Amino acid sequence: MTSVVPVSILMTLIAASTPLLLAALGELVAEKAGVLNLGVEGMMLCGAVAGFAVAFSTGSTGFGLVAAMFAGIAAAMIFAVLALSLMANQVATGLALTIFGIGASSLIGAGFVGRTVTRLQPVFPAALSEHPVLRVIFGHDILVYLSLVLVAGVSYFLRRTRPGLILRAVGENDASAHAIGYPVIAIRYAAIAFGGALAGLGGAYFSLALTPMWADRLTAGRGWIALALVVFSAWKPGRLLLGAYLFGAVMTLELQAKAAGVTWLAPEVLAMAPYLATIAVLTMMSLGRKTGRLDAPACLGKPFSAS
Amino acid sequence: MTSIITRRRLTFGAAAASTLPILGRSASAQSPLGVGFIYVGPIGDHGYTWTHDQGRLALEKEYGSKIKTSFIENVAEGPDAARALRQLAQANNQLIFATSFGFMNPTIQVAKQFPKIKFEHATGYMRAENVATYNARFYEGRAVIGTIAGHMSKTGQAGYVASFPIPEVVMGINAFHLAARKVNPNFKTKVVWCSTWYDPAKEADAAKALIDQGADMITQHTDSAAPLQAAEQRGVFAFGQASDMKAFAPKAHLSAIVDDWSGYYIKRVKDVMDGTWKTGDVWGGIKDGFVKLAPYNDAITPAARAAADEVTKGIAAGTLHPFTGELKDQKGEVRLKAGEKASDEMLSKMDWYVDGIQA
Repeated sequence: MTSVVPVSILMTLIAASTPLLLAALGELVAEKAGVLNLGVEGMMLCGAVAGFAVAFSTGSTGFGLVAAMFAGIAAAMIFAVLALSLMANQVATGLALTIFGIGASSLIGAGFVGRTVTRLQPVFPAALSEHPVLRVIFGHDILVYLSLVLVAGVSYFLRRTRPGLILRAVGENDASAHAIGYPVIAIRYAAIAFGGALAGLGGAYFSLALTPMWADRLTAGRGWIALALVVFSAWKPGRLLLGAYLFGAVMTLELQAKAAGVTWLAPEVLAMAPYLATIAVLTMMSLGRKTGRLDAPACLGKPFSAS
Repeated sequence: MTSIITRRRLTFGAAAASTLPILGRSASAQSPLGVGFIYVGPIGDHGYTWTHDQGRLALEKEYGSKIKTSFIENVAEGPDAARALRQLAQANNQLIFATSFGFMNPTIQVAKQFPKIKFEHATGYMRAENVATYNARFYEGRAVIGTIAGHMSKTGQAGYVASFPIPEVVMGINAFHLAARKVNPNFKTKVVWCSTWYDPAKEADAAKALIDQGADMITQHTDSAAPLQAAEQRGVFAFGQASDMKAFAPKAHLSAIVDDWSGYYIKRVKDVMDGTWKTGDVWGGIKDGFVKLAPYNDAITPAARAAADEVTKGIAAGTLHPFTGELKDQKGEVRLKAGEKASDEMLSKMDWYVDGIQA
């Protein structure tokens, strides 16, 4: 066992943060297009079970990841049809998607209980990925690096590209975007699909990397944390990265503190720590703002009809 | 025969039952005996709820078409439980197992409304004419794995992934630690509270934190196999919880405490069939087959194996009680005098830790 404790803590922290980051980044893009999809938890579970089922059946984690992505997209499309084409209430539809995802994943997963797959492996050769110190940088699996690349990519896309500008316009003022001739609904479909794909991958991170097994409700509410992180980030990818890693850090350090023998703090207080941190940061962010809307896209959650 | 009752069918069923009160509850002699279960978790947890469901499946195997079992899973502890119990009672079940501590009050309440139906509540203390209680002495199994840990640990330190500081969990931590310390007087047990019964990612991170702090034996009182997988990944040993979890960690898994409710369930169903069912309280352990140990890993040394077998035999024969004095708590206060054995009452209220536990 190569154990340099701070390195090991960092490794755990990065792994704990990655699924949050993936799911939240997808949701950020959907919300930037003006869609509030509360079904992240459900989409993550669909991705988690599909990823596991395919990885188990084919023996290939790569196929599992692809399947997870498509399962996330498929779940997201249920939401998209209801919320965009049929103009159902987005909040209610998103909540329904979560409940559906819990049930569907449990049904599909029933035959996989007690099975395991090969854990998602580090991408770099063993000389780097198992080095006692350098493994902080090189010891991760593909999804960790992909999530970081995606943060940069999404940030660039939203700030510097024309399609990104159009997507933001659709989220800020759908009527004007429509008047200029942009296909509001089609753009929102695409944004929701992207959100679903990343939520699916985030879910698969549980069943293929963190705990390579299938168990009911494997994500244990991380989808809700991802949703909160989007607000926390004020819809900025860079701040989202910070938020996800901060949250991962508090979750990990809570457990490390207990293992190291911090007994003067009640376990319940330590368990609250991540949520207290979230509230503290949200409070700090809203200080000095008059609106209190925290830069949310203006059309967030509103149905749009072209007629 | 099985009928799975979903939440939706539960609502329909309740509506139908309210329009047709009591109709059709008189079962004819040929009709199968209805046996209902309510579970707090999903049967797919591979842990606590799963083992109860294995008991239900054992009933079906034993009695075939003579009985008809049904279950409701994921029932929240509270008003939902009363609704679920009432539904099972109205659905022609003559014996109902409520398998979680938090179902206690709803069970007593619903049992009053259905005096002819027999109820069984797991891990509670409230009984009635038609409500019996049953529980397992998990701490006996923990004394056995503690013995193995004491022999097998090189660092002399075990990590305990725990859920909530309730007596059942505290009792388990103490039993494990006491047994390990009999082998190695300097043995340390570190506890990390997860404040959840079930969150695989958090349980795995807790196990990793304990390993980072020097533990080379991981044991758990949470319900998923995630801590075992973390142990496997880090190359340390671990023990499974509630069921044989070897498949999740073939190298790390030394053994597991296995809950086995099937013997009790089979007996109680027979009592109802024979008309001899009576209320009562059963707290079964290794001797009664409620608590078993999963097959040992080949990595366990002959000395550790022999010591573990001796503890198992001693507990089964009643010559060894895992809680025998002299016992001091963390503050140095004597809780059990030399030679004194802990009473069941003391165990069921245990809220203190044995000297040497870091919790």
